[in-house]
Amino acid sequence: MPAKRSIVVMLLGALTLLAGGCGSGAEAGKGTVTVFAAASLTGAFTELGQAYERARPGTRVRFNFGSSATLAQQLVQGAPADVFAAASPATMKTVTDAGLAGPAAVFARNKLRIAVPKDNPAGVDSLADLADPKVKVALCAEQVPCGAAAVKALAAAGLKVKPVTLEQDVKATLAKVELGEVDAALVYQTDVLASGGKVAGLSFPEADQAVNDYPIVVLTRAPDAEGARGFVELVRSAQGQAVLAKAGFQTS
Amino acid sequence: MTGRGDGPEGEPQGPAEGEPARAAHVPGEREPNRAVRVSGRSVKVSGRAPWVLVVPAVAGLVFLVLPLVGLVVRAPWSTLPSRLAEPHVLEALRLSLVTATAATVICLLLGVPLAWLLARAEFPGRRIARALVTVPLVLPPVVGGVALLLVLGRRGLVGQWLESTFGVSLPFTTAGVIVAEAFVAMPFLVISVEGALRAADRRYEEAAATLGASRWTAFRRVTLPLVMPGVLAGAVLCWARALGEFGATITFAGNFPGTTRTMPLAVYLALETEPEAAIVLSLVLLAVSVLILASLRDRWTGAATG
Repeated sequence: MPAKRSIVVMLLGALTLLAGGCGSGAEAGKGTVTVFAAASLTGAFTELGQAYERARPGTRVRFNFGSSATLAQQLVQGAPADVFAAASPATMKTVTDAGLAGPAAVFARNKLRIAVPKDNPAGVDSLADLADPKVKVALCAEQVPCGAAAVKALAAAGLKVKPVTLEQDVKATLAKVELGEVDAALVYQTDVLASGGKVAGLSFPEADQAVNDYPIVVLTRAPDAEGARGFVELVRSAQGQAVLAKAGFQTS
Repeated sequence: MTGRGDGPEGEPQGPAEGEPARAAHVPGEREPNRAVRVSGRSVKVSGRAPWVLVVPAVAGLVFLVLPLVGLVVRAPWSTLPSRLAEPHVLEALRLSLVTATAATVICLLLGVPLAWLLARAEFPGRRIARALVTVPLVLPPVVGGVALLLVLGRRGLVGQWLESTFGVSLPFTTAGVIVAEAFVAMPFLVISVEGALRAADRRYEEAAATLGASRWTAFRRVTLPLVMPGVLAGAVLCWARALGEFGATITFAGNFPGTTRTMPLAVYLALETEPEAAIVLSLVLLAVSVLILASLRDRWTGAATG
């Protein structure tokens, strides 16, 4: 008999856990703004989220940072969110085409840099050096914005680069440079800054032909539409633009 | 030796249930019969299965199978053949099968002796060693991948030396995929084999020793055949885990078609843009693993345990 009861107790416990799991998702209504944002926005948006919470006591901003392509797919599959900020118009289009949002506004631009380990073991000093088969290069996969930009930049330079790995987002690409596992990678200028001196960034002229526009939008089914508009306004305000510029974004 | 075999006290497997006297006279010989009889007896227990077991059991089965149903239902069946024929699918599948098999072989070569050591040898720190073996089970695979980079990467503790001495660099190579998979999958094999060794009757080994067999011979001719079902079950688990490995692989070995992009990585990348392609790839992986696991079960583990 005691065994029977303990099984029932365990079952009830499991059910409570399950219910609790569902509850935390549903609680994201009033006063909580859920923002899906590109991984490259991690630093700047975290700071802006704190500014937003300070300006409106009692509100909370929750972030889901990741590859824009992944986030777009999550939104299309029905993930509840108020704001989507993507690293490329293409990934934003996935969401607007699905009827989840109206037209998006570009709030920042990001440029590619060649990231090399601080001691630059392969002596990389131009984009052409990446084509050297002795140089180990990491790029983002073409499916994600930083990868699409890298393809564009390399095409503009007329270079064929054979990377050793195609990473799934820009932070993973950066990590491979930080760990010294590759000699060079193409990442955003903002990521070079965000690494805090662990990698060195080299600019190159072809980067101008592969500038990424960052669009932001309030989602149609936003549980907290008002809060969502407030956050987007903050991002596009002088204060927001200053934070983004400090992180290395080009703002208008 | 003499003191161990003829007293039921010192034996962890000491015969229970009313036949200590006979078992003591002929150590080992009656053991298999007894085991079969015990399991035979438990099978014969009749009456309805208690609902406290049946209800959660069915719920558990549904919980495990339902996501698979989701995949099958949402699969784009009309475009399936053309998607399967794409060369990158076959490339990723081939790479997955080759690396998972190679990782399993490595795990067998290192894991079976390790399991033997943990189950049979007396040495200080054995408890800690046993706990450490399970670390890859607890570690998030991505962290495992980073840890591998820190040790075997270009600037890693061992990797540095590998590169300067032999010119070998594991990250971003197929060998790196195998290392990552073996790291994550080996505990499954070790735990399974160790469990089998502990359950196996040591008196067979002791009998072999009294007949003059060295410990190595006893292991090879007596212990290993005895625990073979456990080894095979462990190898199957290990292979399945290696086949599905994602986190450690993408972190340690990277992601490049043909060299390191295994099926799980291809699935993840396809999810970014083409969820339907990802479903197709997952189905292929599922079908292949179910096919292989089912056939192995029938041939080996099923025959051994049934």
